[in-house]
Amino acid sequence: LKQTILLNVNPPVCLNYHNSAKKSGTKFERIIATQDWGNLPHHVVLQIFQHLSLVDRARASSVCRCWNDVFHTPDLWRKFEFELNQPATSYLRSTHPDLIQQIIKKHAQHLQYVSFKVDSCTESAEAACDILSQLVNCTIKTLGLISTARPSFMDVSQAHFVSALTVVFVNSKSLSSIRIDDTPVDDPSLKVLVANNSDTLKLLKMSSCPHVSPAGILCVADQCHGLRELALNYHLLSDELLLALSSEKHVHLEHLRIDVVSENPGQTHFHTIKRSSWEALIRHSPKVNIVMYFYLYEEEFEPFFCEETPVTHLYFGRAVSKMMLGRIGLNCPRLVELVVCANGIEPLDEELIRIAERCKSLTAIGLGECEVTCSGFVEFVKMCGGRLTQLSIMEEVLIPDSSYNIEQIHSEVSKHLGRMWFPDMMPTW
Amino acid sequence: MVVNSVHWFRKCLRLHDNPALQEALNGADAVRCVYILDPFFAGAANVGINRWRFLLEALEDLDSSLKKLNSRLFVVRGQPTDVFPRLFKEWNVTRLTFEYDPEPYGKERDGAIIKLAQEFGVETIVRNSHTLYNLDRIIEMNNNSPPLTFKRFQTIVSRLELPRRPLPPITQQQMDKCHTKIEDNHDQLYSIPSLEELGFRTDGLPLAVWHGGESQALDRLGKHLDKKVWVTSLEHSRVKTCSLYASPTGLSPYLRFGCLSCRVLYYNLRELYMKVRKRCTPPLSLFGQLLWREFFYTAATNNPNFDRMDGNPICVQIPWDQNPEALAKWAEGRTGFPWIDAIMTQLRQEGWIHHLARHAVACFLTRGDLWISWESGMKVFEELLLDADWSVNAGSWMWLSCSAFFQQFFHCYCPVGFGRRTDPTGDYIRHYIPILKDYPNRYIYEPWNAPESLQKAANCVVGVDYPKPMINHAESSRLNIERMKQVYQQLSHYRGLSLLASVPTIQEEAEPPMTDESQTSSGPDSPQRVPANTEEDVCYEAPDSSTVCPSSTSAPHPDQEYQAPCISSVILIGNKEKRP
Repeated sequence: LKQTILLNVNPPVCLNYHNSAKKSGTKFERIIATQDWGNLPHHVVLQIFQHLSLVDRARASSVCRCWNDVFHTPDLWRKFEFELNQPATSYLRSTHPDLIQQIIKKHAQHLQYVSFKVDSCTESAEAACDILSQLVNCTIKTLGLISTARPSFMDVSQAHFVSALTVVFVNSKSLSSIRIDDTPVDDPSLKVLVANNSDTLKLLKMSSCPHVSPAGILCVADQCHGLRELALNYHLLSDELLLALSSEKHVHLEHLRIDVVSENPGQTHFHTIKRSSWEALIRHSPKVNIVMYFYLYEEEFEPFFCEETPVTHLYFGRAVSKMMLGRIGLNCPRLVELVVCANGIEPLDEELIRIAERCKSLTAIGLGECEVTCSGFVEFVKMCGGRLTQLSIMEEVLIPDSSYNIEQIHSEVSKHLGRMWFPDMMPTW
Repeated sequence: MVVNSVHWFRKCLRLHDNPALQEALNGADAVRCVYILDPFFAGAANVGINRWRFLLEALEDLDSSLKKLNSRLFVVRGQPTDVFPRLFKEWNVTRLTFEYDPEPYGKERDGAIIKLAQEFGVETIVRNSHTLYNLDRIIEMNNNSPPLTFKRFQTIVSRLELPRRPLPPITQQQMDKCHTKIEDNHDQLYSIPSLEELGFRTDGLPLAVWHGGESQALDRLGKHLDKKVWVTSLEHSRVKTCSLYASPTGLSPYLRFGCLSCRVLYYNLRELYMKVRKRCTPPLSLFGQLLWREFFYTAATNNPNFDRMDGNPICVQIPWDQNPEALAKWAEGRTGFPWIDAIMTQLRQEGWIHHLARHAVACFLTRGDLWISWESGMKVFEELLLDADWSVNAGSWMWLSCSAFFQQFFHCYCPVGFGRRTDPTGDYIRHYIPILKDYPNRYIYEPWNAPESLQKAANCVVGVDYPKPMINHAESSRLNIERMKQVYQQLSHYRGLSLLASVPTIQEEAEPPMTDESQTSSGPDSPQRVPANTEEDVCYEAPDSSTVCPSSTSAPHPDQEYQAPCISSVILIGNKEKRP
């Protein structure tokens, strides 16, 4: 249906015809009138429009009044993504300012699922804030603020940002999903969010929001008992938070994403979370996925994984030590995915085998700049077997030994996985 | 009938394994070897001084070799479409020969020249010798589309016959039969230009590390093969620090310019392996470098938009940032990260860097740190890198920026850690960034972390004598992983939690390639089969040439906007991960 949509339709000859058909009442004339494109029933045009891209729809809307009316049907404006880019900083096009004005004027009250995609330019983020400020009388359910390059929302004045955001928080009263990663949101704005949307909030993603404190996020957990998905930075995580999320009144938590980022080596001290807090969380939400992304220097890992930690998805964005990987094998029984960007020059055979032994739910593993002997790797794969649906290892990581060379590795591993498998390759040109 | 041949050198700057040149000589009364260049555009072209110098040296070498055969190289100034009509008339040319250029721009240019030649009644003969195989054959065997994974490519190649054996160099005997009178004013009209003539300033220019030319290439080939250590390192290549430096046995620039025939290298490697290992079939990994080159040539040959993101059907559309200031810092080696800066310095000074170094700087510019488009990096490499030809350069940049070829994007090269692991001694840094030479190993990769007293003692204060780091790597890589994930999840419609499953996989590995009738015919070393079109060679007879230039018509030309690339030409299997 998409491909065959009429695009080059003659302009409003049909307009007059439509009007005259309306005026006359006879059935005969109405039959003739309905053979005109401009007289297609509203719901038919609506259906067609729903398959068109915004650009095509906008073009079609200037064909005649009827189509223009359909273009402005509330149902077509439930979901909208504002793209705000400056030509100097982005290759992407931007939502036309006239269209933005039309939306604010005619459709603010229809918008329910809204997102803003901005490039690295402060102007783009400011434009997003301006639009947000005008979305009074709206019933937004989903809000997403997404930076496609550098986080330009952080460059907007905090006052401006917060006041724009609170317009939506106050007016919507039924927000269920909010993505505000890398923004200057603060504790007071979260209070406003909670005061107006505590019954409906289900998802909150706010990684790398430096102006929020642990108390701020605790307030959210305490009041928003329907919260199912939460993403934040490690410094906001506390024992109290985990307990609040595990209180009787609280629904089962489905997804907890934690970013552990250090600004400077040795300058950030990471607190530990009590084992009992984790246990409380798991007791309350046995199926919860706990996703941790680490961007630390090797020496900063000390506080982590000393005790059993219920993490399911683990990502190391920089080098992580052999010892740490050993700890993970010991203390992460719920592990489902492990991705290691880099390790070092000593083979990780032992650590991998321990992980295969003790992380029985592991289905995905990715190894970047590491070293593993071919035998060790084969042993690992043998132990995991077909449960490994994702196995990504760079060919240069594998060290051939007396049992296997590079050519043989792929067939051995494929055998144990039960499907064709090859290591990742990089051009050696 | 008198046969006056002109052989047109473009790449393939050599006299050995040059089938097109052989055709020029074959039964000819006179042969002239030309190279066409336009000094007027030399400055405008995105080609740096090292590349020009290498080319000019290669031309000097050709000229000198031809002199020994009582001929000369004719360097003609101008554009081919202007030059050829003049030459055709002046020299009564009846035959034009050149090596087949599989790149889209090359095919277009050559198509025009062939037409032009037809109009002048000149017979054109084109022969393939820049790639090991007939690229169209590979594409055909992959259901008429170029393989998009290296493994798939290797699988198909392993089912082909061996590449055609290289031809010997042209001989004195051959040249004697088609003796060309060299005019006294040859050097005035057809000499090889100097760097100055091309608009470059040469005072203070350091000596070249890589010297262009066929003689150099063959000399290096000998050394390359002699290196017995190399043979034992066939199993596993670890980077030793010495390999970060220019190697006297490195061959990539010579392959790019065609000073060395890829088939000569191929067969020499093969024979050496079979002699040492006493085994019949060498593994494909032996030819690693050559096959990567071939892979990218195959991927590019029918895609005129291969070197850009917009309108390129195989390239993921990523919302790169535009930041000319940041790009300049990277290009000029002023990022504040010694590992990156040393590599870019070596690149600019010498024209070659190790492939791991390329990975490091490419990752830093694109998906790792700066989030700048791979096209910008590609252009800088095009200017500075001796072995950067269009297909391989663009392809490598797409690969390294995870813009194509289904690469996992999780492994990010740390501009500090990766350098330190590659060269723990820090000597590479000290060599190319002498201002840092007094830094101890502990801080040489991250001088900004050294205490002020140490910086002062080393006579290099960060922020004054050496730039501060231009970004925070942890922060940038965090943001960029999220960006890549956003892009890929949109592309693969993946909504789950697995980072690895965000990257779509490709069906092509699971299925065997389309069977090819010619597989049932001759074995590897059988004599040449005869007819056109299935052969690697193509023959054009003027004036009523009905045989079509391979694949020039069948380019799948994308003329619409591509939001979700790859989907049309490739079967995506669903993500394998089961929901946790």
